[in-house]
Amino acid sequence: MRSASMTFALLSAALAASACHGSGETAVLLNGAGATFPNIIYQRWITDYNAAHPGVELNYQSIGSGGGIQQFTDGTVDFAGSDAPMTDEEMAKVGGNVLHIPTVLGAVVPSYNLAGVSQTVRFTPEALADIFLGTIKRWNDIRLASANPGVELPNQEIVVVHRSDGSGTSYIWTEYLSTVSSEWAQRVGKGKSVNWPVGIGGKGNEGVSAAVQQTPGALGYIELGYAMINNLPVGAVRNRTGNFVTPDLSTVAEAAAAGLAAVGPETDFRVSLINGPGDRTYPVSSFTWLLVHKDYGASTAKAKALTEYISWALTAGQAVAPELGYAPLPEQVKPWIEARLTTVTAAGKPVWSGPLGR
Amino acid sequence: MAAPDEKRSQRPRFRSAGWGDALFRSGLTAAAAVVPALFLAIVGLLAVSAWPAMRQFGFRFLWSSTWDPVAGIYGAAPMIFGTLLSSLIALIIAVPLAVGVAIYLTEFAPNWLRRPVGTLVELLAAIPSVVYGLWGIFVLIPLLRSYVIPPLQAVLGWTPFFSGTFYGNSMLAGGIILAIMILPYISSVSREVLAAVPPSQREAALALGATRWEAVWSAVLPYARSGILGAIVLGLGRALGETMAVVMVIGNRHDLSVSLVEPGYTMAAIIANEFNEAAGLQRAALFEVGLVLFGVTVAVNALARLLVWRVARDSAVGSRAI
Repeated sequence: MRSASMTFALLSAALAASACHGSGETAVLLNGAGATFPNIIYQRWITDYNAAHPGVELNYQSIGSGGGIQQFTDGTVDFAGSDAPMTDEEMAKVGGNVLHIPTVLGAVVPSYNLAGVSQTVRFTPEALADIFLGTIKRWNDIRLASANPGVELPNQEIVVVHRSDGSGTSYIWTEYLSTVSSEWAQRVGKGKSVNWPVGIGGKGNEGVSAAVQQTPGALGYIELGYAMINNLPVGAVRNRTGNFVTPDLSTVAEAAAAGLAAVGPETDFRVSLINGPGDRTYPVSSFTWLLVHKDYGASTAKAKALTEYISWALTAGQAVAPELGYAPLPEQVKPWIEARLTTVTAAGKPVWSGPLGR
Repeated sequence: MAAPDEKRSQRPRFRSAGWGDALFRSGLTAAAAVVPALFLAIVGLLAVSAWPAMRQFGFRFLWSSTWDPVAGIYGAAPMIFGTLLSSLIALIIAVPLAVGVAIYLTEFAPNWLRRPVGTLVELLAAIPSVVYGLWGIFVLIPLLRSYVIPPLQAVLGWTPFFSGTFYGNSMLAGGIILAIMILPYISSVSREVLAAVPPSQREAALALGATRWEAVWSAVLPYARSGILGAIVLGLGRALGETMAVVMVIGNRHDLSVSLVEPGYTMAAIIANEFNEAAGLQRAALFEVGLVLFGVTVAVNALARLLVWRVARDSAVGSRAI
């Protein structure tokens, strides 16, 4: 159903575009599809950008990262959004004709329902893995209590809540658990949907948080932005350095800065921030990427409009990120990304000469 | 026998069919052909898309209970079981209520009450599925947790049907939501059927000295039996395929458990959950779940129709005997 309505939307958009051309307009239409996680900020960017640049019309359909990559590979969209970088195999399917452009950051955070506990509950990576494996069953387990001195954890069953729908959020969470627990990596692994050992499934962030809010003793994972906007209690997680870090926009941005510093400016930006380096980094952070082609063939106008739009999103667009619950990109990586944007070509010719050329 | 023959012989005397008639006829034929064509197209698409999973898992798909997208192992048993169980719970709750409402409204309710109550029941069908789901999360589940499950488990907790921990999202919550959703369908069709029972049935029973209750039980209900069964089939079909509200309250867990207080899963729910981000074998497996759901629905409907037909035949025999 979804892809049918999607096709219809694309079709009508294409018709609208050709109608514009017929009447002598020179509007450039850019279609994109993919991840749902950055949808809120992408729609805001599209509205804001279109107001300032009426000649460029952008569409973004939040059909999921997998669908976005599929449509990008099939050539039905000009760009895609994804919460997970393309695998080497997926990149081979587009002949390597793809660039990963990080746009904003998000994080996945543990959220719980513990009446009478006012302090932030602290989780070690091992405790989180054991809870989701079902080997820690109660809140007053010594493995939790030892990380939370002074917190009165109740003798109550832990009800694990996970996403029931396939999602990038689950991918990030299970990638983290796989990284910190070899047992998790062997028994469950990482994926957009996995075979959860315990717990109940809720659909979407709203489904998980509703189940957490309604179930005493529940522990689930949700997107940081969703938790912030809805003021939900979130736990602190111990990072690689050994510090317990409460997730917020600054500790997520810290993860990006430390993660990118470790790989240098020549990176292809397919960088995992999971359990990354740094003192103040929140360990379950991730970029979300726009996927664009390296070469747009004959579509020079499209390539030019798209690179200009993305460059705007990386600079002026970042200002709205915090209020919408996303962590903005660290300043020092923007020149790296802009340098990469200048390599976008149409029929081999560069289309954008960088921010100085404007 | 004479009358039909006469009619047939009159046929050629109709005005010869012009273009309009031919057009009208072919238009109607085309419209009628669209439905079977669509049916075949849907089955065909499901089968073709499910083929990779069918080839890989064979019939094991139907009774294996592992669903592991990471390892690429798929079995639909918990979902098939959950679909049937949640629909069964829904029927057990909804049928007595819906038929009771229908009997009350046609036989016992004062005239001024019939219309408003009937309309209200039918309005239940107009509520969107997602609203039922939200109501389930925020009203039904807390209610179950505080007032229904504790006494239920105190009395029946020893049976396998009510053992285990109640987390809220559960098979029982899914079944109850489904029951409320199918109630208006069963009730309004039953009401029509009961209203169509000839008054002579009731009058005859009353004349023989039956009370109102006896007249309904022995004269009206047997007459309406096949129609009411048909209404139940309609409700069942809806329960089997309902998606959104079930996703929101059933817990979405791949377990084969007869316990109603534990979370479960349905076929429609897993398709809604995982289809968006599925690729490759997982996508094929979801298509196969769709195909199985289609098959189960057709099978259940066929069974129910057989039942309706047998009941109808029996009652016809019965009435002839009288």
